[in-house]
Amino acid sequence: MNRLRANDWLFWGSVFACYLLQLMPLPQALLPFKPWWLALVLVYWTLEAPEHVSLGRAFVLGLIGDVFVGDMLGEQALRLCIFCFILMRFRARLRFFPMWQQALAVLALLVNDRIVLLAERAAAGLGGAPPSYWLAPLVGALAWPWVFLLLDDARARLRARES
Amino acid sequence: MALTRNDSAPLFSPDTANTLRLIVYLALAIGLMVSDHRNGWLTRVRYAASVAIEPMYRLASLPSQLARDAGDAVADRTRLNARNAELERELLLAQARLNRLQTVREQNERLQQLLDAQRSLDVGVQLARIIDVDTDPFRHRVVVDAGVRQGVAAGEAVLDAHGVMGQIVEVLPDTSTVMLITDPAHALPVKSERTGLRAIARGTGALDSLELQNVPISADIKPSDKLVTSGLGGHFPAGFPVGNVRAIRNDPSGMFAVATVAPSAALDRSGEVLILHDLPDPVGPPAAASAEGPPASGVQR
Repeated sequence: MNRLRANDWLFWGSVFACYLLQLMPLPQALLPFKPWWLALVLVYWTLEAPEHVSLGRAFVLGLIGDVFVGDMLGEQALRLCIFCFILMRFRARLRFFPMWQQALAVLALLVNDRIVLLAERAAAGLGGAPPSYWLAPLVGALAWPWVFLLLDDARARLRARES
Repeated sequence: MALTRNDSAPLFSPDTANTLRLIVYLALAIGLMVSDHRNGWLTRVRYAASVAIEPMYRLASLPSQLARDAGDAVADRTRLNARNAELERELLLAQARLNRLQTVREQNERLQQLLDAQRSLDVGVQLARIIDVDTDPFRHRVVVDAGVRQGVAAGEAVLDAHGVMGQIVEVLPDTSTVMLITDPAHALPVKSERTGLRAIARGTGALDSLELQNVPISADIKPSDKLVTSGLGGHFPAGFPVGNVRAIRNDPSGMFAVATVAPSAALDRSGEVLILHDLPDPVGPPAAASAEGPPASGVQR
């Protein structure tokens, strides 16, 4: 019971950190490299502790992100739903992939998300994207092992402290 | 076979990743997007949620703020001295210019009194500080730390020391969002200071250039021409610097020229900005004619 609560704290803490990181300023030149942190963290939770993630929760987290960013209500919610749906579908396989294959899978998921976003923008009449638009998924895939190690370590420590 | 179908961890877990549920959520999201696009719900939601949003913005901008403060703290003495001297020189220059302007202003007031003009040239301005948050790297928006409580309203022009930066597009109680003039969705009526040629400066999505589209090929415009706001359209007061023409080329159709413009405002720097409170007199098409006029049917009201 207690462990579950500690895990909950970690989950919400990591999500909160994602929102902060998303809003955190970067120098102009680094902006296109900013990965979608929220998606990366949700990959971890879906793979390792799926009781924390459901489509409904992904929807709500996306909506909260939309309110912070102030772009268009439902934009991130839609992307996050699609992202988590594919992830849940392939969860059982992805879990046992070696790290580099997982990173490749994350890359594919993030590129797919970029395509979804492009479609959304086209529907909203915003038009094309610069080539740098496609850099963020790459950075996301590169960041994935570190996100995984960090969260896994934090969870292991919590477990060790409580048992 | 002893294999159970209701395994607790099947290869495809149908109970969590249910296609029907996905479709419902997707429909919900699309519905939200469409209605938000039509009715602007997001602004209202954001206004209601500002209690949570504004602290979040300030929290997110803390690291860069700290970095800047730390930079100030460890900046070496000689550099600070040099900067100080430079600022003093600039202040002196500005002071001299102000003194000259003062006499011009007094003269202007006298002339206005002579003309019995009502309008004064004082513009209500307010200082605001840019909060460092990135909302979306592909849209050019910045957040400033003044909102409804400080008297900011949507549509007001935002300037920095060198020129026009953009306009307020959204206000929250204590912060507001500025759309920069380089945002692809932004257009700004300008005129050339040298020739008076009017044009529309559109944002390109690159932070260091604007574009004048559909300039007649015969128009008198050349590189390094200075552009100022024309005041047409009523959003920006006339006469504030916008940028300098950098290059001119023909557009693909060959019928018009396209001029690239380097904005004068330092759009990529953060710091303090001025918000112009005083919306200029609307200059545009006259108000719709009232219903008065020769009765069409002769029936009196």
